[in-house]
Amino acid sequence: MKPLPRRIEGRIAVLERADVDTDQIMPKQFLKRIERTGYGEFIFFEWAKNPDFELNRPEALGASILVVGRNFGCGSSREHAVWGLRDAGFEAVVAPSFGDIFRTNCLKTGLLPVVLSEDEVRALMDLGSGAELAVDVEEQTIGSFRFELDPYERQRLLEGLDDIALTLKRGDEIAAFEAAHPSPVSTAAL
Amino acid sequence: MGSTLFDRVWEAHVVAEPSAEPPLLYIDLHLVHEVTSAQAFDGLRLAGRRVRRPDLTLATMDHNVPTDERPPDSLARAQLEALRRNCEEFGVPLFATGSGREGIVHIIGPELGLTQPGLTIVCGDSHTSTHGAFGALAFPIGTSEVELVLATQTLPQHRPGTMLLDVTGDLPFGVTAKDVILGVIGRIGVGGSIGHVIEYAGEVIRGLSMEGRMTICNMSIEAGARAGIVAPDDTTFSFLEGRPAVPKGAEWERALDRWRALASDPDAAYDRVVEIDVGGLAPQVSWGTNPGMVVPVDGVVPDPATFADPGDRENAERALTYMALEPGTPIQDIQVDRVFIGSCTNARLEDLRRAAQVVAGKRIAPTVRALVVPGSAGVKQQAEEEGLDRIFEEAGFEWRRAGCSMCLGMNPDVLQPGERCASTSNRNFEGRQGRGGRTHLVSPETAAATALAGRFVDVRELALEPVA
Repeated sequence: MKPLPRRIEGRIAVLERADVDTDQIMPKQFLKRIERTGYGEFIFFEWAKNPDFELNRPEALGASILVVGRNFGCGSSREHAVWGLRDAGFEAVVAPSFGDIFRTNCLKTGLLPVVLSEDEVRALMDLGSGAELAVDVEEQTIGSFRFELDPYERQRLLEGLDDIALTLKRGDEIAAFEAAHPSPVSTAAL
Repeated sequence: MGSTLFDRVWEAHVVAEPSAEPPLLYIDLHLVHEVTSAQAFDGLRLAGRRVRRPDLTLATMDHNVPTDERPPDSLARAQLEALRRNCEEFGVPLFATGSGREGIVHIIGPELGLTQPGLTIVCGDSHTSTHGAFGALAFPIGTSEVELVLATQTLPQHRPGTMLLDVTGDLPFGVTAKDVILGVIGRIGVGGSIGHVIEYAGEVIRGLSMEGRMTICNMSIEAGARAGIVAPDDTTFSFLEGRPAVPKGAEWERALDRWRALASDPDAAYDRVVEIDVGGLAPQVSWGTNPGMVVPVDGVVPDPATFADPGDRENAERALTYMALEPGTPIQDIQVDRVFIGSCTNARLEDLRRAAQVVAGKRIAPTVRALVVPGSAGVKQQAEEEGLDRIFEEAGFEWRRAGCSMCLGMNPDVLQPGERCASTSNRNFEGRQGRGGRTHLVSPETAAATALAGRFVDVRELALEPVA
């Protein structure tokens, strides 16, 4: 994972919609690709065909912070949605809440998920797309607001740590667990 | 204070609890399919890593596969081929298309008896929650986590909250498990259980078959839940007994003892408790573009102006525009072009039997094109042994091979722009079943009756026998 910069400074793009599902962020036809990059041009593919779509407005172009409504990224587990947002240049997404899998996928991919209260998100939306904003990942602040971030996740994001390498360091503990708990099922003999 | 079923399964799988890191959870079963795995296997290859436990991993092909004679498109073929190569290279068992063992990943796990009480199960697919119907802790993961589980058979996980959903009352005639879960999502909302594992309990859940419980757990994710779970009981055990991956003889007896001890204690504490009385529940039909947008079949399309929350109101307005519906329209006046009976929500044998009972000896409306897609090669075979295929075909349905089919439009089964579909699947998102397609989520019975009439029908008015 590419480390996240300690400070993210850039413009915001506002998408004032609740319950945006990952089918909208990255439609199914792009899930047949077997690559991990190159999804940026496909985000919000159907909505983006409308010239009036919020993210098509000139002030939203080149934004690095996406401000959205509650339950953003609900639905399908497709990590492609997060890859697309990253590829499109976003480094942080701000919402009152996220779909659980989407939020985890963000943390695994290096897209910062920021949860603020409804009122705080409203205040950022009122700034409008194109407004300049700074996120301090280490201090856990965005503009004048503070956000929660698990210290372990923060360190992983800032250092770009490889989850698998970290977990493999616990190989002895995993082996001990396996020795003490024989597997109830096996797919080998089916 | 007692423990919940979730607590017991969780605590039995904690490998390590480092102070400054999330707990590390052992995974008993990892199910894999073609769409979310290619990049994970690539990651292993790049890092020179192996699959730690191929014997706890099973792959199948479901999302992309055509369900008729049409060939997969070139991208789909490449993805299916990548899965075949990856399984060979990493030693992962694969139930490939045409093997006679393939099917929707969440249908074949239970069918094989791999899905067992007390297990931790993951899959790179949001509907992994289906397996919770057996008292397993089953949750969806993204591709990065697929790679992590392939490499380590574990997952660092923050402990989710718990939510008890107590489903009480007498389920009225003609009202199914699908209607219960649609009604629940309509009430608690599509973000109503974010961060929580829902335990479904109460007399209604106890009275449901395993198929019905799977339908309910399947759609937990549509309420935002991490997972859904149901305490195992005799219904669970009799479903499992004799299946290929289930222990036999003295081992079976020992397994039963373990499984019986899993149920939540009466004084167990949950972070949230919600009680829902389904006594007055009617068959549900979705009218909008998320699974919380549902009304009773005898209701009307709602007026967005009546929604208190501004976000809900704007969503409803956008949804009605997309769905081309007017507020106040009676649901039973809405005509459909297509009917889809299938998906990991409703493509098990019992679902097909229930739908077949509705259409037996009748013909679908001439304006409707209708599809039945069994959830697995096994379901297809059993259904054909019972003659269900003939009942459907004589009624004018197309009888297809197993796959995800029109649930998600990644294969040739798609809606055309503007087509309206009564679907037994789980998501009515914009474009889900095909660009510009308009999806209404319903039970198999409602879908079948709707195919006959060409418009939505209240199945409580039909003379139906209970289906075993």
